[in-house]
Amino acid sequence: MPAENSNVQRQVGTARVKRGMAEMLKGGVIMDVVTPEQARIAENAGAVAVMALERVPADIRAQGGVARMSDPDMIAGIMDAVSIPVMAKARIGHFVEAQVLQALGVDYVDESEVLTPADEAHHIDKFAFTVPFVCGATNLGEALRRISEGAAMIRSKGEAGTGDVVEATRHIRSIWAGIRSLAAMRPEELPAVARELNAPLELVCEVAAAGSLPVVLFTAGGIATPADAAMMMQLGAEGVFVGSGIFKSGDPAKRAEAIVKATTFYDDPAMVAKVSRGLGEAMAGINLSDLPTGQRLAQRGW
Amino acid sequence: MIGVLALQGDVREHQRALADCGMRSTLVRRREELAEVDALILPGGESTTMSRLLATFDLMQPLRARLAEGMPAYGSCAGMILLCREVLDGQPEQRQLAMLDAVVRRNAFGRQVDSFEADLDFAGLAGGPVRAVFIRAPWIEQAGLGVEVLARVPDMPAAGSAAGRIVAIRQGCVLATAFHPELTGDRRVHQLFCEMVQESSGAAQKQAPGRTQVRACR
Repeated sequence: MPAENSNVQRQVGTARVKRGMAEMLKGGVIMDVVTPEQARIAENAGAVAVMALERVPADIRAQGGVARMSDPDMIAGIMDAVSIPVMAKARIGHFVEAQVLQALGVDYVDESEVLTPADEAHHIDKFAFTVPFVCGATNLGEALRRISEGAAMIRSKGEAGTGDVVEATRHIRSIWAGIRSLAAMRPEELPAVARELNAPLELVCEVAAAGSLPVVLFTAGGIATPADAAMMMQLGAEGVFVGSGIFKSGDPAKRAEAIVKATTFYDDPAMVAKVSRGLGEAMAGINLSDLPTGQRLAQRGW
Repeated sequence: MIGVLALQGDVREHQRALADCGMRSTLVRRREELAEVDALILPGGESTTMSRLLATFDLMQPLRARLAEGMPAYGSCAGMILLCREVLDGQPEQRQLAMLDAVVRRNAFGRQVDSFEADLDFAGLAGGPVRAVFIRAPWIEQAGLGVEVLARVPDMPAAGSAAGRIVAIRQGCVLATAFHPELTGDRRVHQLFCEMVQESSGAAQKQAPGRTQVRACR
């Protein structure tokens, strides 16, 4: 095969390859799993990826203590159990945990507020990695700061481990409200807004012109039912992370499959109704309003 | 009208590519929607998820039937996997549309840290190599005699174990790539598919009315 013009050098870890991976997850559900068995249940239910971790957020809340990256053996066990992509969490700012996850070969790193932050001033420099990163955000400015650090995917934070969707709703609405407002602005208004958002002007201009983020936007934190997932999709999420909502429920396999179907047919109420029947108990959950401010995970990161 | 299978995956990117080629497209998630389209793109995404949803929503049989009648189809990555006769390293339950006489290996290049982009020569496309984006991509392990090989990873030491692997094929009206042309601005692969669709509809019109449409592409 003629190769004079060909760049046969394989380029790994380019922005297109990192962001493209997230494009392939769109319209899908990413499920938190703590064992290889749960990972297989998730895969069989149609999950597009699993998040391997030691404790789901609801248990992290209940048990307290410092929450760190999961045991590499446990992550490797889950990677061996399934053929779909495996994600894992590193603490905010803990770039060595991220290096370890990359060395293990995980497919995506979640720099996550669900774990105890390791740095109160700096997030991880995500451009320094071949593995792509997803980061949480509560509003547009936070999303753009993470993208400017190299995040290849954003998820609205919500409030993990509560089963209360109210924060997920607030955050996805806030991110989209920010995008819509930028898209309606005149060019000379953008520098002032960039300062207000504390985000790079170049990125602000890009979002204003495109009317969307330059990376895929999922939602997370409190999704417990098929209707929750469908509402997030109608509010503009491109896919859903479900943490405690599946394996803290009465019939995880059935609920997992129902949430997958509701995410695909999010705009079809008859279908959402159909898949919502006979699911058994949803996770009990915690009302956000009962949660002391100090215990809210979404406030971690900036 | 070209349909894009919209159970999951990078549906919008394919729609954008079709729009750039001047083609209208519509989403296909239900049997009724499948019946309305003249051709179908199976996007990139997670093949186990799509295979499962195709089975759950009773789309597998009708889609096989449409493809057997000669409906043109194009699959990228996960779409390629679904179209092949046999998949290696898939899930035991994974079901195939089996429209391409080829054996495909899932996640053949490795995990996401091994995902890459590179330039490829693509048979029949004028204008130089195609910039190909491979994301946890499959390759074709074995292609039948009726399958035309359109692109391979260049057979050079720099390509490592991937050297010479088949990454784009065509059989009749069915086109498949292991990579994602929908993620780059280069529309030549989608243009090729649009030409296949137009050829096919032209040939169908020449047939006597009332007859089932037979495979119209070469």
